[in-house]
Amino acid sequence: MTTTSLPENAIRETLPVDAGVCRCIPAIVIFLMLMALAGCSETEQVSAGDEALASADIDAPQTRLSEHPVTGEELARKQVLVRGNASEPASLDPHLVQDTVGSAIVVDLFEGLSRSGPNGDTEPAMAKSWSSSDNNLTWTFHLREDGRWSDGTAVTAHDFVYGWRRAVDPKVGSNYAYYIESAGVENAGDIISGEKAPETLGVRALDEFTFEVSLAEPITYLPDMTVHYTMFPAPRQAIEAHGSDWTKPGNMVSNGAFQLDSWHLGEKLVAARNPHYREDDKTIIDRVVYLPIESSSAELQRYASGELHMTSTVPVSQMARLKRERPDELVMAPSIATYMYAFNVHRPPFDDVRVRRALTYAIDRNVIVSYITRGEQMPAFTLTPAYVSGFDFRQPEYATWSQTRRDEEARKALKEAGYDEDNPLEFELLYNTDESHKALAIVVSQMWKEKLGARVTISNLEWKTFLSEKQAGNYGMARFGWKGDYNEASTFLTLLTSDSGNNDGGWSNREYDQLLLDARSSQDPNRYYVLAEEILWKEFPVAPVYFNTTVALVSPTLKGYPENNPRNIIYSKDMYVTAD
Amino acid sequence: MFSFIIRRVLVAVPTVLALITVSFVLMHAAPGGPFTNERNVPEAVMENIEAKYNLDKPLWQQYFIYVGNVAQGDLGPSFRYKDFTVNELIESSFPRSAYIGAWSFLFVVVFGVGLGVIAALKQNRWPDYTVMTAAMTGVVFPNFVMAPLLVLLFAVTLRWLPAGGWEGGQVEYIVLPIIAMATSYIAQVARITRSSMIETLRSPFIRTARAKGIPRHKIVLRHALKPALIPVVSYLGPAFVGIITGSVIIDQVFSTGGIGQHFVNGAINRDYSLILGVTILVGMLTILFNAVVDILYTWLDPRVRY
Amino acid sequence: MFFSDKHAGMGELADTLAEEAYTEGRSLWRDARRRFMQHRAAVASLVVLALLLLFAAFGQYLSPWDNESIDWASLPNLDEDGVPSLASQHYFGLDPIGRDLYQRTVQGSRISLMVGVLGALTAVVIGTLYGAISGYVGGRTDAIMMRTLEVLSAFPFMFLVIVLMAVFGRNVLLIFIAIGAVSWLNMARIVRGQTLSLKRKEFIEAAMATGVHPFLIVLRHVVPNVLGVVIVYATLLVPEMILFESFISFLGLGVSEPYTSWGALISEGADAMWTAPWTLIFPMLMLVLTLFCFNFLGDGLRDALDPKDR
Repeated sequence: MTTTSLPENAIRETLPVDAGVCRCIPAIVIFLMLMALAGCSETEQVSAGDEALASADIDAPQTRLSEHPVTGEELARKQVLVRGNASEPASLDPHLVQDTVGSAIVVDLFEGLSRSGPNGDTEPAMAKSWSSSDNNLTWTFHLREDGRWSDGTAVTAHDFVYGWRRAVDPKVGSNYAYYIESAGVENAGDIISGEKAPETLGVRALDEFTFEVSLAEPITYLPDMTVHYTMFPAPRQAIEAHGSDWTKPGNMVSNGAFQLDSWHLGEKLVAARNPHYREDDKTIIDRVVYLPIESSSAELQRYASGELHMTSTVPVSQMARLKRERPDELVMAPSIATYMYAFNVHRPPFDDVRVRRALTYAIDRNVIVSYITRGEQMPAFTLTPAYVSGFDFRQPEYATWSQTRRDEEARKALKEAGYDEDNPLEFELLYNTDESHKALAIVVSQMWKEKLGARVTISNLEWKTFLSEKQAGNYGMARFGWKGDYNEASTFLTLLTSDSGNNDGGWSNREYDQLLLDARSSQDPNRYYVLAEEILWKEFPVAPVYFNTTVALVSPTLKGYPENNPRNIIYSKDMYVTAD
Repeated sequence: MFSFIIRRVLVAVPTVLALITVSFVLMHAAPGGPFTNERNVPEAVMENIEAKYNLDKPLWQQYFIYVGNVAQGDLGPSFRYKDFTVNELIESSFPRSAYIGAWSFLFVVVFGVGLGVIAALKQNRWPDYTVMTAAMTGVVFPNFVMAPLLVLLFAVTLRWLPAGGWEGGQVEYIVLPIIAMATSYIAQVARITRSSMIETLRSPFIRTARAKGIPRHKIVLRHALKPALIPVVSYLGPAFVGIITGSVIIDQVFSTGGIGQHFVNGAINRDYSLILGVTILVGMLTILFNAVVDILYTWLDPRVRY
Repeated sequence: MFFSDKHAGMGELADTLAEEAYTEGRSLWRDARRRFMQHRAAVASLVVLALLLLFAAFGQYLSPWDNESIDWASLPNLDEDGVPSLASQHYFGLDPIGRDLYQRTVQGSRISLMVGVLGALTAVVIGTLYGAISGYVGGRTDAIMMRTLEVLSAFPFMFLVIVLMAVFGRNVLLIFIAIGAVSWLNMARIVRGQTLSLKRKEFIEAAMATGVHPFLIVLRHVVPNVLGVVIVYATLLVPEMILFESFISFLGLGVSEPYTSWGALISEGADAMWTAPWTLIFPMLMLVLTLFCFNFLGDGLRDALDPKDR
C-alpha cells in the first residue's frame, strides 16, 4: 500500500494550515537560545576583552631603556616575550609542579637558593654563598638580604624552611617529595611516610638570612640540587590566606623576576614584571606570555605567522626543511636526557645477555640521529649523557667500531644465544602514542629485522596504559626516556639500582648497587660512576640510543636564549627583544 | 506541553545518574590512574597523594561521595589541573566553545539547509552538482586537515588573520575556528536536506498541490520544507550538542581555550573528576536538546504524538 | 522482501499476504535493478568501487616495494628523493620515514574500506531497527529506548576503547566493536524521527486496523519508507568511520604499525603537508573517491528502492 491511495483531505491535513503564532514558537525558542548562548559568552567576552586589551596594550608600561645597557643593541619598544609552552602545567605551586611546562613558568615566578648558569653550571641566586661543615653533613646557605616577595615583604630563611617542609608534607602530596629524600635531608623519608611531623625535617633558619640543612648522608652536590623548584621557598602569607586558591592570579605571591598576571586555561598565561624583585632594574622583559600549544605543528605555524618568539619544540617531520630555510633560528641545545629502549630481563628472550647485546649493537645510531630525529642528538652508548657536569665521560669499546663490525658481532652474539633463520628471534616493542616515538620504533625494528632477521612486533599504547603496563613489568621491551633532575651523574645511574622505583626491567646487580651507595658518601664519586657504567657496558639492561637535544625555533629578535644549557632551564629575565 | 516538559525533567535525573554510574565504573576499570606518572614515586608519596583526593577509599564510597557532591553542584577538584576545580574549568572553557559553536551552528543551519534546498530544487542540474561536489569534498576534509590548512593559508601565507588565540573572542580570532568547525557539518546537513527534500517533493500531496496550481515557491516554503526538515532536525539535535561542546582539534590548533580539549586530555590524563564533569554536561545538553527536537517534531508534523 | 509491499500496494489498501509478495518479488527486484541501471552515475560508481576493491586486493603486485621496508638510500634526502615518481617506482612517493606510500595506501585501503562499510552496515541494521521500533511502539518503550540512547551518546567513549583494549588485548577485531558501538546512535535518532511522522500516515494506520503484527508493520511499511534517509546518512557515515578509526588507533586499539589505514595516513599527512604534500594528497584522494562512489551508489539505490517513486 502506498500513499498514492490517500484521500485528498487527508493530504491536506498533513500540510501545515494557516500560519499562526503558535507555529513560530519553536523558531523563537531556538533563536532565544542562540542569543542566550551568544549573550552569556558575550559577557565573558567583555571581561576577557578588557583583559586582552590590557595585554595588547602592553606598551603601556613602556620600557625604560631604548638600548641594551651592556651590548648597546636597540631594544624593541614592546618588551613582551611570547613563549610556546607545549601544554598546561599541572600546577604553579612550586611544590606541586611535576612537568617541564610547569617548571618553565615556575622558574620565572620563583627563585631558589641557586640557579642554572647559561652553560648549566650552578650559580648563586637567593643564596649569595654557601658552605658545608661536618664532612658535608651540614650545609649553610647565606641568603641575600634584598630578596623580596611580590607583595613587598622580605624573603627570609623561614620561607625556605616552610617551603622545604611543604615539599615533604604528606598533606600537600607533592610528587617530588622524594627529591628532598634523595638529597639526604634528615628525616625526609620518615615524614613522607607519615611517621614523623614535617617540623622534624633537617632544615632550620639560624637567623633571618641563614638557612641550614642537616643531611643524613654526606651529599656533595646539594647546591646543584637546589636549582630544582622542589627546593624553592614558599610564601607562607599567601598560602595561609588563600589555601589551595593561592596560585590564582591576584592571590599569588612570588619572589622571582615575574609575577602571575592572568591565566586563561588552554589559551595563555601571562606573567608581568615583579617590581619588588631584587634585580628588577636588570630585567628588560615587561611581560611574558606562555602559550600552551599542544600540537607542535600548530606551534610551528604560530611561530611562522609571527605570533611567537620561541617554540618549545619542533615537529620532527619539519626538521629538514627548517634546517634549509631557517638555519639561524633553529636552536639545538644539548640536554641531559637519554633516549633508550629498556629490556625486561625477566622475560625471555631478554633474560639472555647475548640477546640484549646483539640488539644494542645492531641499532645504527648514526642513521637515527642524522635522518630521523635530525636535531643534532648525540649517538649514545652509555646511560649517563656526555654533557653531565663534572662527569668523567668514557665510552665502551663498541662505540669506536664501525657499524658493519657491530652488526657482525650482533649476529655472532645472537647465534651464540641460539637464534638463526630457523629459529628467529621474536619479540614485541612497546611505545606510547607519539609521532617521534613511532618513527623511531619503526626504524629500529626495521634495522633488527633486516640485520638480525628478528621478528619484531611494534605496538603503540595510549599514555597511561603504556605506563601501567611498563610499571607492572608487563612487557619485553619498551621505549624509555630519562631527563636528569639535577646536573650530576647519580640522577641517571641510580635509575638502575635494585631498589629504584623506576627500574621496571628488573635488572639487579649487587656490585652496581654497592658502587652507587659508596659514591653517595664519597668526596670523589666519579671514580664509582665510571665503574658502574662499565658494568652496564657488559650487562645491557637498557639499549641507549641517543642523548637528546632541546630543539626550538628562536626569533632573530629574541636575544639571550641559552643555547648551551644542558639543563634546559630558560629564564625569561635573561632575555630581551631587539628592534628588528 | 507542560506535562511533557515536567515528565522530561523528572526522567532526566535517573538518566544522568545512570550516565554517571556507567562512566564511573568504566573509568576506574581503565588501566592507570590520574597520578600514574613516568617517574614512579615512592609508595608513601603516592599514598599521600591518593589520600588527598579520596582515592584511597573503596570505590563505592568514592562513588557516593562524588554523587553527593554533584547533587550540590560541586564537581570536585581537577586531578590534572591541581590549581582548579572542575567547576572553574567548565566555567572558563564552555562559554568559549559555546560561543564558537553557536555561530557555527547558525551557519550550519543557514547554509546547510539553504544549499540542500537549492540542490533539491535544481536536481541534476549544475547548481545541484556544484553544491553536492562541494559538500562531499567538505565531508572528507576532517577538521584535523581543515584547521591547519586554514591557518597555513590565512595566517601564515596571507597574514590576514591570527593563527590562534582567543583574546576575548574578537572576530578575527574566531573566524577560522568557526569555518573549521562548521564545514563538515554544513556539508552533511546539505546532503541530508537535499535528499529529504527531493523525497518530499515527489510525494503525492505535493503533486496534488502542484496540480492545484499553487505557485512553486509557496509549495516549497509552505508545504514541502517542514516535512522535509524532520530528518535534518533529528540530525541537528545531537550535532548541536557536539558543536557547542567544541572539538579537541579546534582547541589544539587554535588555542581557543575551549572545552573540547578536556574530553580527550581528561581521558588521557585519567582526570576522573574532569571527565565526569564534562560527561554530565554533555549528558544534560543531550537530554535538553533531544527534548527540544521532540517538540520540534510536533511543530513540523502536527500529527506526531508521543 | 523489505521492499515488496510498495509494489504490492500499488493498487490496493490492504496488506498483502506473504506469499503474494513472494510471487511478485521477482519482478519487483527486476524492476529495481532496471531503475538502478538507468542511474548512470550509480553504475559508474559501482565499477569504480569494484576497481578499488581490486586495488586493495591486488594493488601490491604492481610495485616492487613493500609496505614496511625503509628505502635507506632515499632516507637522507626525503624532500627530493621522496617525491612521487615513476622512475623510482614510488608511485605515491615516500612517507616521512622513507617507506613506500603506494604500498601503504594499498594496505590501508583494506582496513579502511572494511571499517567504513562495516560501520555503515551496523548503523543501517541496528540503527534503523532500534529507531523504527522506538518510534513505532512509542510510549514507555520509546522513552526507555531514547533515554538509553542519551546515556550511550553522552558517555565518554574513549574509556570504552581503553578498557576494551586492557581487557582483550591489542586485537584488530576489537576496532569493529568500537566502531559499531558508536556508528548507529545518530542513525537511530534519525529513523525514530521519521517513524514518528510515518506512524500517523494513513497507510500505516490501515495496516494496524487490519491487524498486521506490529513487527511486520515496522519491517514492511516503516523501514522501506525511511530507507531514503537511511541510505544517505549511511553514505555519510562511511568517511566518518574511516577517519574515526585513526582516532581509535591513536589510543592503541585498531591497526598498529607497520600496518596502516587511510585515516592514519591522512593524519600523518596533515602533519607533513608543508614539506611532503603528497603524503596528504594521495590518501585523501582515495577517501574522496570512495565517498563519491558510495554517494552515487546511495542515490541509485534510493531511486531504485523508493516506494513512492513510481
